[in-house]
Amino acid sequence: METFATLLDGLATTQSRNRKVALLGRYFRATSDPDRGWALAALTDGLPVRVPLRRMLADLMLRVIDPVLYKMSRDYVGDTAETVALLWPDTAAPRATGDTPTLDAVVMAMSIGTIAERTEALRTFLDALNPSGRWALLKLIGGAPRVGVSARLARTALAESYGRDVGEIEEIWHALDAPYEALFRWLDGVADRPDPGLRPTFRPVMLAHPIEDDDWPKLSAADFAAEWKWDGIRVQIAARGGEVRMFSRQGDDISAAFPEIRSAFMAANCVADGELLVMRAGNTIAPFNDLQQRLNRKTVTAKMMRDYPAHVRLYDLLFEGGEDLRASPFIVRRQRLEAWHAHNHPPLSDLSDLVAFETFNALSALWSQARDDGIEGLMLKRRDSAYQAGRVRGQWFKWKRAALTLDCVLMYAQRGSGKRSSFYSDYTFGVWRTKPDGGPNAGDELVPVGKAYSGFTDDELRQLDKWVRTNTTESFGPVRAVTPGLVFEVAFDAVQRSARHKSGVAMRFPRIHRIRWDKPATEADRLETILALITPISQPVA
Amino acid sequence: MTHAVDRWLYPTDQGLYCAPGGFYIDPHRPVDRAIITHGHGDHARSGHGAVLATAGTVEIMKVRYGADCAGSFQSLAVGDALTLNGVGVSLAPAGHILGSAQIILDYGGKRAVVSGDYKRASDPTCAPFEVVACDVFVTEATFALPVFRHEIAAGEIAKLLASLATEPTRTHLVGAYGLGKCQRVIKLLRQAGYDRPIYLHGAMVALTGLYQRLGVDLGDVRPVAGNDAKDMAGGIVLCPPSALGDRWSRRFGDPVNAFASGWMRIRGRARQRGVELPLVISDHADWPELIETIVATGAEEIWVTHGREDALVYHLASLGRKARALALVGRDEEAE
Ligand SMILES: [Zn+2]
Ligand SMILES: [Zn+2]
Repeated sequence: METFATLLDGLATTQSRNRKVALLGRYFRATSDPDRGWALAALTDGLPVRVPLRRMLADLMLRVIDPVLYKMSRDYVGDTAETVALLWPDTAAPRATGDTPTLDAVVMAMSIGTIAERTEALRTFLDALNPSGRWALLKLIGGAPRVGVSARLARTALAESYGRDVGEIEEIWHALDAPYEALFRWLDGVADRPDPGLRPTFRPVMLAHPIEDDDWPKLSAADFAAEWKWDGIRVQIAARGGEVRMFSRQGDDISAAFPEIRSAFMAANCVADGELLVMRAGNTIAPFNDLQQRLNRKTVTAKMMRDYPAHVRLYDLLFEGGEDLRASPFIVRRQRLEAWHAHNHPPLSDLSDLVAFETFNALSALWSQARDDGIEGLMLKRRDSAYQAGRVRGQWFKWKRAALTLDCVLMYAQRGSGKRSSFYSDYTFGVWRTKPDGGPNAGDELVPVGKAYSGFTDDELRQLDKWVRTNTTESFGPVRAVTPGLVFEVAFDAVQRSARHKSGVAMRFPRIHRIRWDKPATEADRLETILALITPISQPVA
Repeated sequence: MTHAVDRWLYPTDQGLYCAPGGFYIDPHRPVDRAIITHGHGDHARSGHGAVLATAGTVEIMKVRYGADCAGSFQSLAVGDALTLNGVGVSLAPAGHILGSAQIILDYGGKRAVVSGDYKRASDPTCAPFEVVACDVFVTEATFALPVFRHEIAAGEIAKLLASLATEPTRTHLVGAYGLGKCQRVIKLLRQAGYDRPIYLHGAMVALTGLYQRLGVDLGDVRPVAGNDAKDMAGGIVLCPPSALGDRWSRRFGDPVNAFASGWMRIRGRARQRGVELPLVISDHADWPELIETIVATGAEEIWVTHGREDALVYHLASLGRKARALALVGRDEEAE
C-alpha cells in the first residue's frame, strides 16, 4: 500500500503529463502481481469492490472521535476520505516498511463477509497505515481517486513503459478483467497477447487532421467523399453475442449510461463508428449541452432517457460479423455499412449521409449554407483510405466552418497549469447587457459568455499576464477579477443556449482570435448580438 | 487579596490590556507601553512608545521596521523578572521563533500566561517551550482542529532532499514564511547534511542575516539576485509563499514548487497553490500539542485567540475546562 500511496501522492501533485506517465511506468514495472493490476483497475475502470464505505466510515469514526469535532473537521477539509485519513489515530509503534497491507489483501477483505466483518477489516487496515496510506486505501476502495489521471492516460503510461503501442492494449482492454494478470504476463514477455475471445472490444479510432490552406492544392475532389460531422461525441459500438459496448474515442466504455443504445444493437454483430447525439422527435438534433447531461454518469434514470433521448448516427463499419473490414477502402466499407444497416436496421440509429459534390468549390458553397443547420463540421475522407488507428496524414480531413467572431471583454483570469502555472493564462470574458430589473436608466454590466486558453503567442501571454496583474480588482485562490478594460476578438464555432451560464448562452470552441489592445471596452459586443447567433435546432441535411 | 483575572487583563480596541500595569500585550495599534511576545507582523507592530520584549524580538523589530520603530526598547531576558506598577512580569520561551516568549503576569495572587504563538516540536533556531503553571492561559488556535497533526520536521526535510535527488536538474523553490520558518528550514537542511549554497529571495535576506548575527549558523546562504539561474539549477531557493508561481519564479524555468507550512497537511491547500512538494513543517502547535500544553498548565480558564477557536473551546469544555474565545482584532490567519 505504501508504494501505491506514494504513486497517488505523486500523481496528485504533479501537473506534467510526462512526469505522470513516468511515475506510473515506474510503479507498474516495480510492483508485482496482483497489486499492480489492482492499482491499474483503481485508475481505470474501478475495483470490483462494492461496499457501503460512507456508512462503514461513519461507524468507525464514532469509535475514535467526538462527532462534533468530526463534523467540524469534515466541513473544513471538504472530503470524507481525507478527513478520515487525517483523523484516524496513529498507532504507537512505527511499523517497518513493507509491513502494510497489500492491495490484494484489501480487495479480498472488502469482497467477502458481512458488512460488520468488512468494517472490522477496514479498521485493521487503517490502523496499519500512515495518513497518506490511509488516504490511498480509502480512495482505492471508494473508486475514482481523482489524481488527474484519465483511464486513457493510465493505459498509455502502461503501454509506454513496456514499449508497446497503446492501441495494442486498447484493442483487448475491454475483454480483460482486473487484476489483469494475463495482460502483465504479455507485457513482461512471458506470454502471448491475451485473446479477447468472443467479447466485444474497442478498436483504436481513426482520426482526421484539420484541413489547412496549403492542403487544398494537393487534393483532388475526385479522390474524396464528404460527410457531415455532427455535433455530438464520436463513439464506437462493438456488438457480439448479445453483448454491446459503446466506447468513447479514448476507449472508455460509456455503455452503462446508455442502456437504450445497448438494447438497440443487441442483435448485431459488428464494430461501427458513429456520432452519439441527443435526438428529439422529428429527427431534430439537440444542442451539445443536452448530450452533456447524459455523459460522465455511471447510471441513468428513465427520466433522463426520456428527456435526453440518445441516438447514434453511423459513419463507418469496421467489422461485420467476424470479418475485419478495416483494410478495405473507405468507399467499400461505406457500401457495406449501407447494406448492413438496410438489412439489420438497429433502432435509434441512422447513417450520416454522404454529401455529393463535383468540386471543392461546390462543396464549399454547400458548406457555407450549412451554417444554419448546426453541423459541427465537414469530413473529407479519401475514398481509398483504410481504417487506421490515430491521425494518419493525408487520409481524413476535418473541415470546420469559418469561425464567427465577437468582441468580448476580459473579466477573470486564472492561473494555468504545468509550464503555465506562473501565468494567468485561462481567460473568462463577457459581453455587455443592460442590468436586469434596473429600470429604463439602468447601466450596463458584463455577463460571462465563455472561457478560452488558446489563440495567443507566448509573447502575448506574457503581455496578457502583466495586464492581468496590474489590473486586478480582486483575487480569490488562483483566479483574479480584472477591471473591464481589455477586449478580445473571440472566435467560436457556434453559440447555444445554456441554462448553466448566467448569460443563458454558451460558445462552442471559443479561442482568442486577436487581442484588441486598441479597442475601448465600452465598444465591445452586447448580449443581444450573441443571442441572434444562437444555432437553431438542426435538421438533418439530406 | 485576589482579583478575577478578567478584571485586570482584558481585550480592548488596541489589544489585550493589563489595566493595573498600564501596558498592552501585542497591541495591533500604537500604544504607550507594549510587551511583545515575538516578532511576527500580527504581534509586533511599529509606532509604540515603550516596548518590552526579549533581546531577540527587539532586534527583529529593528530589522523589520527600523531602529526607531518604537520610542524606547527594553529587553528582558527569559527567566528574569520585573515589576510594572505592581504587576510581576517575567518571560518563558515559547518555542515559536527566535526570541519568542510567553509573558507571565502575576497580580493579586493570580497568574496569567499569554503565550503568543507557540509550538512543542523541537526547533534548532530557538529555545524550547516551557510549561508554566498558571490560572489563566491565553493560547493561540491556528491549527486547532484534530486533522492537524504536524509531521516530524526532519522527515519533511528528508522528503525535500529525496526530491532533489530524483529531480537533480530542477531548482527547488521552497515557499516559507520569511521570519522563523525560512531560517528553521535552512538549519534543518544543514543538520541533514546539505552543504551546498542555499539561495534566498530578496525579502528574506535581512532577517536571515540577523539570525546569523545572533549566532544561528546557517552555512553558505546567498541572495538570488546576482546569481545566474543556471548556477542555481538543481539547488534550493527559499522564497515567500506569495512568490511561488509568481513572475519572480520564472527565472528558474520549470522549478519544483515546495511549500513548508502546517497548512500543507490539507491536500486542497497544496492543490490551490499548485504546490508539487508539500512539506508539513509548522511553527505552531498542532492539535495534540495544544491540548497537551493547555492541560499541563493546569489553568482553570483558557482564553483562545486567533484561529479556529470553536473546536478548541468545544473540546476543552468537554474536558471540563472553562474556555472562551477572546475576540482580538487584527489577527489574520497566520501566514505560516
Ligand atoms: Zn507568530
Ligand atoms: Zn500569531
